[in-house]
Amino acid sequence: MAYVAVQGGREAIERACDLNEFRRQGAASRPLELAQIREQLHLAVDRVMGEGGLYAPDLAALALRQSAGDTIEASFLLRAHRATLPRLGESVPDSTAEMRIIRRISSAFKDVPGGQILGPTNDYTLRLLELERLEEPENRRKAIRDRVFRDLPAPLEMPDTFPRVVELLRKDGLVEDPGIEDTDPFDITRRSVSFPAPRSARLQAMARGETGGLLLLAYSSMRGYGHIHPTLAELRVGYLPVRIVNPITNEPVVAGEVLVTEAEVVSRFSNPEGEPRFHLGYGLCLGHNEVKAISMGVLDRCMRTDTPTCPAEDEEFVLYHTDGIESMGFSNHWKLPHYVDFLSDLDRLRKARENIHRKDDADARP
Amino acid sequence: MRARDWLSNSDSIHATFGFLDDGAKKDVRRALLKAVAIPGYQVPYGSREMPLARGWGTGGIQITLSMLLPNDVVKVIDQGCDGSVNAVNIKKFYERVAGVDITTDTLAASLIQTRHRIPEERMTDRQILVLQVPYPEALREVEPSEAQTRRMHSEADYARMWLHLYEDVVHFGEIRISYRYPCTVNGRHVMDPSPIPRWDVPKLHMADTLFLFGAGRERRIYAVPPHTRVEPLEFEDHKFRVEDFCGKSCGRCGATDTFLDEILGPSGSRSYCCSDTGYCDKRKERWIRC
Repeated sequence: MAYVAVQGGREAIERACDLNEFRRQGAASRPLELAQIREQLHLAVDRVMGEGGLYAPDLAALALRQSAGDTIEASFLLRAHRATLPRLGESVPDSTAEMRIIRRISSAFKDVPGGQILGPTNDYTLRLLELERLEEPENRRKAIRDRVFRDLPAPLEMPDTFPRVVELLRKDGLVEDPGIEDTDPFDITRRSVSFPAPRSARLQAMARGETGGLLLLAYSSMRGYGHIHPTLAELRVGYLPVRIVNPITNEPVVAGEVLVTEAEVVSRFSNPEGEPRFHLGYGLCLGHNEVKAISMGVLDRCMRTDTPTCPAEDEEFVLYHTDGIESMGFSNHWKLPHYVDFLSDLDRLRKARENIHRKDDADARP
Repeated sequence: MRARDWLSNSDSIHATFGFLDDGAKKDVRRALLKAVAIPGYQVPYGSREMPLARGWGTGGIQITLSMLLPNDVVKVIDQGCDGSVNAVNIKKFYERVAGVDITTDTLAASLIQTRHRIPEERMTDRQILVLQVPYPEALREVEPSEAQTRRMHSEADYARMWLHLYEDVVHFGEIRISYRYPCTVNGRHVMDPSPIPRWDVPKLHMADTLFLFGAGRERRIYAVPPHTRVEPLEFEDHKFRVEDFCGKSCGRCGATDTFLDEILGPSGSRSYCCSDTGYCDKRKERWIRC
């Protein structure tokens, strides 16, 4: 009833907003604390930071609460907030060799220098709904804590840097060298991307891309709509130091660190000319999001195919359709009134029908 | 825990032995029978959700669970290794839902489930090998549409596959298919042998063992019954070849006749060891005893 009268239904609109807020806050349960969301729903927080393009765990937790757990809506809130912030500068380009690793695996080799570090992951759990854990009593939480910290070797030996698996292959000339773009990185938040896009724009766009969208396209390629057969040379999750140049001393200083996920995939060689080499695909996103980093790596490789034959290999297709915030906004806009446009449609339809009927009548006349 | 104890233990988390309900097991077994009757043909079936993610062996798991008997002895390998993550995971699951005995000895197992390898030791007619399959369709490489590939199989139209191999030879002087090498089964269906290395393909040919292939995500089951011809696609003047380990040997057991894993050292140095860890352990033990 209030729908059509969007301009006149001010009160109805305000009531709808109130109702939304009322439903979000729940009835009998206690309000969610931000720390609870940040710690216990950390993968959702990470996803929102990545897609929102802003590394701010507290704000991402706030956005998640405000959007009642809708990750696309939450990343939208965060990205909209980001738009109000000044751009202070650029970080210094860095390799991820110095990453403080919490997880690092290679599926290309059984063992790699530095070792396979499984880290925190649900990959090796049975996906059984834990019906016996409807409540999570403190003694159970403590038992897990005790188990984790029991029998740790006294000084925990971890190498400072981990050699990258791809580097080891590159030393033997088995992997292509994509080279370094010596131009300033393209900033997709300040300029509109044109095609073919520089690689920095492509990787940025994917880093803010929606996990599900990237996954869909990467999966289409893996499943058969494409010819890339990826092997995960390395997957890393860890904290990466962010360096910026001190404007006074001109020296790079560490401003903080961000949790990132990085994936490097290699794929079967396909260049008939020159020495055969594996091709490389790269993905890096904010937060712990392995599905996204792997999808990015696969798509980065797909998009470097010379003659695209399917959606995942078409740069325009991938970059224009994987931003969740844009696609969500546009899909939702169909809920806005379109009665003027529709009236115009109806007019054309009626006219066309009239013409047909008139012709039928004329044909029926002897 | 022995299966008998499992069956009498009321605390076991699932009432059904082998997790799947009887209806699901029947579905899978029916598909298996059809698959054995038409070697190499992909039988569609109603794949169930398993407590492991799709792509982590749910097809193989469903086959194993639908055939498992309380006195079975099961071996599970991942890339040849009994201790690799996928194998450990699946074994943990089988122990929990069926309590069957687990072994790492190929010859002691009644049923072996594998990801991407066939054990080095020749299996017997008393054993079954269940292979986990990510891509059941050998023609996917040349045709993305399932409707089209089913038509191509029904008409035995494999021209595009042959052309694909031929073009590889022309462009690269080499067929680039490394694993998942397409084979003709029983002179009729072209089949994807699952991502086993080319090394393992000859083991499928005229074997004593029943090979069952399960693709859970793609909802397909197929089979190679014992004593069936399995011939890799090859040209008269460009023969199928397995991986070359000439001059290399296993650093643990010294084997020169097994599929070897390459291991990266800190400074990029390479060493080798058997991919089939059960066999490697057995050889090493025998060697120590001598």
